[in-house]
Amino acid sequence: MDKLLRVRNRFMSFSVPWKSIFSMSMTLLVFLLVLMFSLSVGEEFIPFTQVILALSGHSDSKIQLVIEILRLPRVLMAAMVGAALASSGLVLQSMIRNPLASPDIIGITGGASAAAVCFLSFFASAFGLVWLPFFAIVGALLAALLIYGLAWNSGVTPMRLVLVGIGVSSAMGAVTTFVIAASPLATSITAYIWLTGSVYGASWADVKALLPWLCVSWPLAFYLARRVNTQELGDHIATGLGISVQRLRVVVLFLSVLMAAPAIAYAGAVGFVGLIAPHIARRLVIRSFAFLLPMSAFVGACLVMLADLCGRLLFQPLDVPAGVFVSAIGAPFFIYLLYRQRF
Amino acid sequence: MYRYPVVKLGILFLSLLCLVFAFLSSIAFGQYMISFKQAGMAFISFDPQSIDHVIIRTTRLSRAVVACLVGAALAVSGVLMQALTRNPLASPSIFGVNAGAVFTIVLFSTFFSVTSLNTFLWLAFIGASVAGALVYGLGSLGKDGLSPVRIVLSGAAISALFMAFTQGVLVIGQEGLDSVLFWVAGSVSGRDLALVLPLTPLFVLGMVFAMIAAPHINILLSGDDVAKGLGQNTVVIKVVLSLLIIGLAGGSVALGGSIGFIGLMVPHMVRSAVGYDHKWLIPLSALWGATLLLLADLVSRFIIMPEEVPIGVTTAVLGAPFFLYLARKGGRRG
Repeated sequence: MDKLLRVRNRFMSFSVPWKSIFSMSMTLLVFLLVLMFSLSVGEEFIPFTQVILALSGHSDSKIQLVIEILRLPRVLMAAMVGAALASSGLVLQSMIRNPLASPDIIGITGGASAAAVCFLSFFASAFGLVWLPFFAIVGALLAALLIYGLAWNSGVTPMRLVLVGIGVSSAMGAVTTFVIAASPLATSITAYIWLTGSVYGASWADVKALLPWLCVSWPLAFYLARRVNTQELGDHIATGLGISVQRLRVVVLFLSVLMAAPAIAYAGAVGFVGLIAPHIARRLVIRSFAFLLPMSAFVGACLVMLADLCGRLLFQPLDVPAGVFVSAIGAPFFIYLLYRQRF
Repeated sequence: MYRYPVVKLGILFLSLLCLVFAFLSSIAFGQYMISFKQAGMAFISFDPQSIDHVIIRTTRLSRAVVACLVGAALAVSGVLMQALTRNPLASPSIFGVNAGAVFTIVLFSTFFSVTSLNTFLWLAFIGASVAGALVYGLGSLGKDGLSPVRIVLSGAAISALFMAFTQGVLVIGQEGLDSVLFWVAGSVSGRDLALVLPLTPLFVLGMVFAMIAAPHINILLSGDDVAKGLGQNTVVIKVVLSLLIIGLAGGSVALGGSIGFIGLMVPHMVRSAVGYDHKWLIPLSALWGATLLLLADLVSRFIIMPEEVPIGVTTAVLGAPFFLYLARKGGRRG
């Protein structure tokens, strides 16, 4: 059998190894398994069959309640947050052409965190918590603008963008620390836990609020896939092939904000997903943006769901924020990857 | 940049004066103002009846001493790091050394209720060395060695890792946020002088050894091959430098928590004044680092009276623009 799957018609053309297709479907399977598992395990165990019954709406009311109101939104939220952060990381890594970039290292998460912590300390009582996501998104956007503006010097090079991003990120970190230290203890603990990142108590409203963002950003990312691939060849080649590198860079930077910011806004500053999910994806499928994107998303979703599962189960009755476990799983793995890849 | 030794000596003398002035101001000014005269008198003829003297002896003095030690140690370790990695952006906070040391301290103080400063010191050394080694290792694995971007990125990644662990400890241990914040935000206050003084020899020794190593560092900077050709055992020098960096940076975190950017800024400022000769660079960096941290501490007392800004925040506010300036220059040397 041919090793490649070739598709060529009026609308699109691509060729992809069957191996990649196979691993993609395996990942999808794992994703579904983790999803089912997250729904069935918890303070009360619900067998798979019951979960499926409950999902289709044919279960008794108690199980129905646990699944539909408590677990499903939380699990979906974890999956969406993971997917969004992972895609954002992939987009940034492709643009900067460096496997160490991710929204948390570049300062986008830092901007969102600083804004959110300011909000929690100063405005939460006046406006109400509903506005937190709005503030976080604005903060992330401002940080991105700042990074881009400061890195601009008749054009933006990926390297300058990274360095400036790290500088901005530590400045934002200082703001965050300052606000936490200056505000009363009760609010600062809320803020600190928000910083760790958690999907605790996610509701259907949150899920519905996050979904539209993804529905906008993912198609946009797919649309840009070809250009991003070309840009990865290097500035000179990309320019020679007719890509407007500078314009693409702005678009891609804001695309990554568009992906990461809402996720951070609703779940807090979950770190490391954006860093490691694309790495794992790269080992599983061919290095083509259009294939890496869904793959990273699935891997990211699995990671956050698993981390949330650990957080729920390991320290009962404490509900440990998922962010802690994402780092605990992610960081050693990341070090291993770097060791293996020697980028 | 000034070339003549006389001018350099003059700069050294001036810096010393500045340091003394900053030290006295740090003792005299604060929420409770004390005159310079009283500040001096507190040392010459201590009067236990005078409130001024008691305040100076109990809180202000230890604070100024800690700021001096930490500032000098951070600046010198920054110089050594930039020399070792031949990288203008290297410094303890960028390298993740601070985050590593903070994590080990927070971990052990939460779960094993460690409180003694000596133990913190050892913990800080361990954390600092692990983080530093990880960053150095990750940064130098690639084909073209330690480039600025790679060092900074792996440093940021490792910092993020240890920060996340610190947050995890806080959440799982349910330990009071205050003690964690002390380390994360950095502080030079609230240390008993009797506890601090036994550590002074460590800092002094570190700096003396750095001074002794200075001519060798100058040779090392001309490149590994040249240094070897001139008869230098580069491996030994590098190991010594790494140990000094870990000692100085780890010690400063154990005393004052995570205080960023001093180690980044000061070496650059000093280099613009006296150039690349480490025989001048190291002592001047120590002086300027101490002065800068004393001033930063002074500033952070006045911004939101009656409360204080954590000193790590003040140095970050000063340092982040400086970092951005360096980064905009493209991370090139100098």
